[in-house]
Amino acid sequence: MNYFGSAFAFILDPVNWSASEANPIGSRLGEHLWYTLLALVISAAIALPIGLLIGHTGRGRQAAVLISGGARALPTLGVITLLAVLIGIGLRAPLIAFVILAIPSILAGAYSGLEAVDRKTIDAARAMGMTEWQILRQVEVPLGLPLIIGGLRSATLQIVATATLAYYVGAEGLGSFIFLGLGTNDYPTTLVGAILVVALAVVLEIVYSIIQRLVVPAGVRAIRPQNDRSGATRSRSVVGSPLQEGNK
Amino acid sequence: MIEFRSVTKQYPDGTRAVEDFSLVIPSRKTTVFVGSSGCGKTTILRMINRMVDPSSGSIQIDGKDIGGLEPVALRRSIGYVMQNSGLLPHRKVVDNIATVPLLKGVKKREARLQALELMDTVGLDRAFADRYPSQLSGGQQQRVGVARGLAVDPNILLMDEPFGAVDPLVRSDLQEELIRLQRDLDKTVVFVTHDIDEAFYLGDQVVILKKGGHIAQVGSPAEILADPADDFVADFIGANRGKRALHIEETATGSILVDDDGRPAGTLTGSVPAAGGRAQP
Repeated sequence: MNYFGSAFAFILDPVNWSASEANPIGSRLGEHLWYTLLALVISAAIALPIGLLIGHTGRGRQAAVLISGGARALPTLGVITLLAVLIGIGLRAPLIAFVILAIPSILAGAYSGLEAVDRKTIDAARAMGMTEWQILRQVEVPLGLPLIIGGLRSATLQIVATATLAYYVGAEGLGSFIFLGLGTNDYPTTLVGAILVVALAVVLEIVYSIIQRLVVPAGVRAIRPQNDRSGATRSRSVVGSPLQEGNK
Repeated sequence: MIEFRSVTKQYPDGTRAVEDFSLVIPSRKTTVFVGSSGCGKTTILRMINRMVDPSSGSIQIDGKDIGGLEPVALRRSIGYVMQNSGLLPHRKVVDNIATVPLLKGVKKREARLQALELMDTVGLDRAFADRYPSQLSGGQQQRVGVARGLAVDPNILLMDEPFGAVDPLVRSDLQEELIRLQRDLDKTVVFVTHDIDEAFYLGDQVVILKKGGHIAQVGSPAEILADPADDFVADFIGANRGKRALHIEETATGSILVDDDGRPAGTLTGSVPAAGGRAQP
C-alpha cells in the first residue's frame, strides 16, 4: 500500500511535471500519447480501406481473418526485439510492432461493421441508382460506424497498453518509469508508469465512448429497442438454437 | 413499352431462374407478375433496372436495348419500391424521399419541397417529414417507399411485393391508394406479388408465371377468370373453388350468390349477369 502512496505522491507533486526534471511526467505522457496516435493513424490508414473493401465486396474475408489471426498471435515484445535488431533501436521498430498489433482490430471492425448493415437496405440503395462509392459513403459507412469506431477503440487501448515497450528499444514514453523502476527495484517508480498508463487508457476510453455515442446515426439509435425485442422473441421461441447476439 | 425478347437468366451453378421469357409490357398500364415463390417473378422485375442482367436475350424500353445503358443512370430513371420499404434507416423521411433527386444534383431546398409534395401525393402527413423510418408504422414506411419511387417522376415504377409485409387492412388501403395514384400519374407500373387477389385487383394485365419464368397465361383479370388457359391457371386463381366459384341459389326471399362452401357471398344486382362479367354460371 505504501508503494501506491508514494507513487501517487510522486504523480501529484508538480515538481515531477516540470521540464527541468530528469524524467518529467508531462513529456513522457505526451510521448506515450504521440506514439499511440501515430501508430493508430498509420494502422487505420492501412486497415480501414482494406476492411471497407472486404466488407463492401464480401470478398477476401477468409484471407483477412487468417492474416489478422496470425498477426494477433505474434508476441509484440518479440516483434519489437526482432525489428530493433533488424532496423536498429529508436521509435521505428516499436511503431511497426504497434501497427501490426492494431491492424487486426481495425480491420475486423471495418468489415464486420459493413457486414452488419441490412442487405435489403444496400440492395435498395443500389436499385435506386447509387454508385458503389455512394453506397459505401452514404449507406454502409454511416450505418457501420458504431462497429468501425469500436475497432479503432480496441486498437487504441491495445496500443496504449503496449506502447510501454517502446522504451525497451530506446524510445521514450511511460515505459521509461516502468523499466527504470524495474531496473533499480524501485517499485513506486514502476507503479507511477503503470498508474499513468491505466489513467491514459481510461481517459481515451471515455473519449471513445463519447465519440461512439455521437457517431451512431440518430435513426439507428431509434431502431435499437425494436431489435432487442425481436431478438428476445426469437431466442425464446426457438429452443436449442444458438442464441443470436448483437444488433444484426 | 417494355419488351422482353427470349430472356434467359442462368446462374453460375446452372440453375435457370428464367427461361426463354418473352413479353410486352404496355405503357401507362399496370402489369402484375404473379406466381408462387421461386417462379422467377422478382428476377424478371429486377432485369428491367439491370439489378439482374440476363444471360441471353434482350430487354428493350421504348425500343432501346437497356443492355447498352449505364446501370446507375438507368436505375435513377426508374422508380423502385420493395418489400419492407428498404428505406435508409439513418435518414429522415424527407431525406429518404429526396435521395435520388439529390444524387442527380437537384438543389437541397428544391428536393425537400418536392419531397413534401410527394408526401401529400401518397397520403402521408407532412408532420412525419422529420421522423426516422423506424418511428413509422409498416404501412407508413411503405408510403414513404412509394413516394421515394416517384421522386424522379419516372415513367416506369417497379414494385416488388411492396405490400407483402403489412397487415391486410393497411394493404387494401395501400392498394386503393396505388390505383388512385395510377389514375392520376399514368405510370407504367410493373408489380410483383404472390397474391392472386392483389394481382386481379391492381392489374390491367396479369401475367401468371410457372417455375422458371414460364408464362402460364397473360391477359386481363376478366379474360383469365373467364377462360383459364389450363388446369394450373384454374387451380392458381381458384376458379373452381372457394369464393370465386359462385352459383345462384333461390331462397324464399329472392336469389342470392353462394360460394363453393355454401356460404352466401352476395346478391346479383340487375337481372342477368352481363356478358364478360365475372360471375360463373
